[in-house]
Amino acid sequence: MMTVTARVQALRPRGARRSAARRKLLARVIAVFLGALVVVAIFAPWIAPYPADAQNLALTFRPPVGFSHAAAGHLLGTDQLGQDILSQMIYGTRLTLLVGVTATAVAGVIGLVIGLIAGYYGGIRDQVLMRLADMQLAFPGILLAMVLVAVIGPSVLFLIIVLGTTGWVSYARVVRAEVLTLRQKEFVTAARGIGVPNLTIIRRHMIPNVMAPLATIATLQVASMIIVAASLSYLGLGVPPSDPSWGAMIQEGQLYLRTAWWVGVFPGLALVLTTLAINLAGDLLRDIADPKAYLR
Amino acid sequence: MLRFVLMRVGHAAVVLVLVATVVFFLDRVTGNPVQVLLPPDATTADAQQLSQALGLNQPLILQYLHFMGGLAHLNLGQSLYYRSDVLSIILQRLPATAELAAGALIFALVLAVPAGIVAAVRRGSMADTMLMSLVLLGQCAPAFYIGILLIWVFSILIPVLPSSGIGGLSHLILPAITLGSYSLAVIARILRTQLIEVFGEDYIRTARAKGLSSMRVIMLHALRNASLPVVTVVGLEIGSLLGGAILTETVFAWPGLGQLTVQAIDNRDYPLVQGIVLLFVTTFLVVNLLVDLLYGVIDPRVRLS
Repeated sequence: MMTVTARVQALRPRGARRSAARRKLLARVIAVFLGALVVVAIFAPWIAPYPADAQNLALTFRPPVGFSHAAAGHLLGTDQLGQDILSQMIYGTRLTLLVGVTATAVAGVIGLVIGLIAGYYGGIRDQVLMRLADMQLAFPGILLAMVLVAVIGPSVLFLIIVLGTTGWVSYARVVRAEVLTLRQKEFVTAARGIGVPNLTIIRRHMIPNVMAPLATIATLQVASMIIVAASLSYLGLGVPPSDPSWGAMIQEGQLYLRTAWWVGVFPGLALVLTTLAINLAGDLLRDIADPKAYLR
Repeated sequence: MLRFVLMRVGHAAVVLVLVATVVFFLDRVTGNPVQVLLPPDATTADAQQLSQALGLNQPLILQYLHFMGGLAHLNLGQSLYYRSDVLSIILQRLPATAELAAGALIFALVLAVPAGIVAAVRRGSMADTMLMSLVLLGQCAPAFYIGILLIWVFSILIPVLPSSGIGGLSHLILPAITLGSYSLAVIARILRTQLIEVFGEDYIRTARAKGLSSMRVIMLHALRNASLPVVTVVGLEIGSLLGGAILTETVFAWPGLGQLTVQAIDNRDYPLVQGIVLLFVTTFLVVNLLVDLLYGVIDPRVRLS
């Protein structure tokens, strides 16, 4: 008699058992990386070797340690104002995570509400909301954000609101689809049969059941929010220029690419690693939520 | 089928009108272009005169009706900055962006299809892991950073390709890779997932049992059946290609619509921004309408239902 685990393992294709161990390792690496990122963001002033606004015009464009003319104490070199690249990157972590996570939360709440209304009540409300979703989808998201942000001017709070209100569609669609299936389930019919009010059904039976798929999308969306926010600050929009941001550093780096590659390349690397880790975490979450995908 | 097509066209039209309305009002609340256009030492009288000349002093609702009426005749108005017809400015820039987008899509498809097939056929293998990791990297790296890295490597460290401007194939290579890498990743991933699903179907076993070569099974039986969701994704990718073009064109100083968009937003050039947004949205809607129709061609079952 095989145990359930053994049977599931036997079902897996060749190489999958090895990959299960790899997955565990990967999950740990990602958790450590993301945890470290959060710590760096919170404790930036204590971790960064230099303050966010420290300039030193005597030490401009020094290469990273290990290259000739490197300045001691500037591990990743300095930029055109003699600012320490590593310190700027550490402070940039704050903005990156803050915008990514809060914008995702705003989008998630809006998407959850819209998806619940469209899916649960259906009819004309569903039609109107889904046309709204089509519209939002047809709009290149970054274009809408660019127009809005350009008008209001640089503000972190506003950037979060704009990204949040332009990113709700994927949540709404998933929630709606889940709710449509849930509505047919017996426990929902039963609840209706005994006269439970709609809002209570939504609160007790719908919301807890849509949380798992929502969490998966939210994780993946944190990464795309970070990319959009960085893209906007690359274009010089969104974040006040005084706040260190990876996007703005990369933009500056492009200007000095020929003579000082480190100015832009390192912040970009941080950006890629962060979104990569978040994406991988999202994939792992989905595997847990949907074991069928895991068996592939 | 006809009913389905009409319904889809209707939906698209509704979305387009909604977008036009939103864009119109959005532009109106985002600042006064008169202030941007006038020199800093201009008087209030100058500002009023310019407002009147541009029709900005009319009631909002009249401006709106005028705008929508113009749209019906494909009249997108006059650019405030360039002082000429919006449509002709856009049409002038369109070929450059079309070239870039086509290059990006070709790059994405040419690499994504073989990568997806190899990864699916040898799933769990070293090749699969390597390909999918590379693909994931392409999905995670923002376009503008990929562009900058490509410039650094291929224009500065090994100066073989130009870093900016338009003209000939050599100018197209780096921007096309930059813009296409995200689509490449998305397409390769979905193709792999779909193929793996299709490989489990009975008709694939039958085809194999008949003694068909692997090549034939994959190309004729599996690929066609796996292509439906892939086509959907390619359609939706048009949207992100257009959005990505804004960044790619900025990185490479590519004189297309993306660059025009950034300039138009900087200049508060309402009519031009409206025109560009409407063009982007229309393109997206038309492409996705075509994708819906393509379903019927790829999978006859869709036509019957």
